[in-house]
Amino acid sequence: MSVLVYTESEDGKFKKIALEAVSYAKGIADMMGTSVTAISVNGGDASALAGYGADKVLEVSNDKLNNFNAAAYADAVAQAAKAEGAKVVVLTSSADSKFMAPLVAVNLEAGYVANVTALPVSAAPFKVTHTVFTNKAFATSEITTDVKIIGLGKNAYGLKENSGSGAAEAFSPSLSDADFKTEVVSVDKATDKVTIADAEIVVSAGRGLKGPENWGMIEEMADILGAATACSKPVSDMGWRPHGEHVGQTGKPVASNLYIAIGISGAIQHLAGINSSKVKVVINNDPEAPFFKAADYGIVGDAFEIVPQLNEKLKAFKANNS
Amino acid sequence: MKILVCISHVPDTTSKINFTDGDTKFDTNGVQFVINPNDEFGLTRAMWFKEKQGASVHVVNVGSAETEPTLRKALAIGADEAIRVNTPATDGYSVAKQLAAVVKDGGYDLVIGGRESIDYNGGMVPGMLAQLLDANFVNTCISLEVEGTNATAIREIDGGKETIKTSLPLVVGGQKGLVEESDLRIPNMRGIMQARSKPLHVKEAVDASAETTTVSFEKPAAKGAVKLVDNVDDLINLLHNEAKVI
Repeated sequence: MSVLVYTESEDGKFKKIALEAVSYAKGIADMMGTSVTAISVNGGDASALAGYGADKVLEVSNDKLNNFNAAAYADAVAQAAKAEGAKVVVLTSSADSKFMAPLVAVNLEAGYVANVTALPVSAAPFKVTHTVFTNKAFATSEITTDVKIIGLGKNAYGLKENSGSGAAEAFSPSLSDADFKTEVVSVDKATDKVTIADAEIVVSAGRGLKGPENWGMIEEMADILGAATACSKPVSDMGWRPHGEHVGQTGKPVASNLYIAIGISGAIQHLAGINSSKVKVVINNDPEAPFFKAADYGIVGDAFEIVPQLNEKLKAFKANNS
Repeated sequence: MKILVCISHVPDTTSKINFTDGDTKFDTNGVQFVINPNDEFGLTRAMWFKEKQGASVHVVNVGSAETEPTLRKALAIGADEAIRVNTPATDGYSVAKQLAAVVKDGGYDLVIGGRESIDYNGGMVPGMLAQLLDANFVNTCISLEVEGTNATAIREIDGGKETIKTSLPLVVGGQKGLVEESDLRIPNMRGIMQARSKPLHVKEAVDASAETTTVSFEKPAAKGAVKLVDNVDDLINLLHNEAKVI
């Protein structure tokens, strides 16, 4: 018995969400009096996971898995869970995790709860709290199957340093041709930009910016802060910004530490998408904008005056504090 | 091509979320229900397949009788037939098992669901369905083309997208991008009239127990009032010293 955690890498290094997932798995393992086994696919250096509590790291190394493949990855994770006798499998809320989690659940006949916000309320019965209604509420659900699958919510648990032995062990799942009936033929990813999924800070703008030609100052702020850029639904619908930046109920959820909303009025669907962000700042010229009710800090004023000033001051601040 | 579109019956995106019965049930009082937005993009994409390449389009919901107006709306948009599996939708796994029985009975080539429903956000039904059927699966699908039995899909990934080649039978978890917001169809009078006489089959549920049970709901704690500042220096100071986020 152990807690199995899937750890994602990028460019040969574990992603921050992988370290967070291991921290979380360690928390569950402590509740259940067991150990943590991590599984990585063509991943980073196993010792990086030990510092967050991994006792063992199963390393899958297979050139056929260089591109993500949900069916094959799910098969690998399910086989590892069986080999380890894992009763809990921890995944995250990354696009890849959410793609494979339901497949792992069926392979293991396990109940799966996504968007989990904290350690289980209790281990027996196994109850976890998760967000529902697009972050407008929380639910506590009991998973009644023998094996349980948890999809840890974005930025929900944080990094917790622990010490595990992190012993690396090669693991070769048996994969069949059926695992390779979907094949990635090309990947289109901006490598120099922070993604909304990984960002600690998100700078977002709406219709108040009047046109796509005015996004230079938003991108500048994102550069200064090392932030991702995002936008409201009308802005993506009008084609001012790519769909991938649309944040809200039908777009992407944001769970960053800081969310800065510029010229966004704060429709209920938008607020639902950003509810899980920890600190929200609003800059809007309309003091009646609903976003002010949902924000922690605000400035009432014209974005075209305030944003350039803020950028200048942030540059100076960063120069003095780095 | 036989297409099945899975339709979740969900509260309108502007609904106030409240709970009753000691915070154990969603309060449907005064709530308007709609086709789940992610499913509606898929339904519209299915209509394009029908119009451009020829296909039959069926829609399905797992739920009790109160979801029928939502299925009728899908018929008014243009689906040919609707199926309601007569059992309340409990957890994602049991819904996927009900849908798997419908797909096996109907022999569908392509099943389009939404990436997630906007009520429970589990995002698991399409993937579980695919795995139960041994069908191929593409999640967060923003473009889909089918020729013969070959399919090309574009999937949204964190920070970009990837192009995937696969084949039928296929299940996709769709979202905006399959079609654009402006492509969505509002049922016209003719569609609404026709929908009344289109078949809506009520199918008895198969035996499928739930594997997760929601025991209680809770609303987020009320948040404090916004702190308004009138200059950027104060804002930077608060973000650095009070909120400690920069």
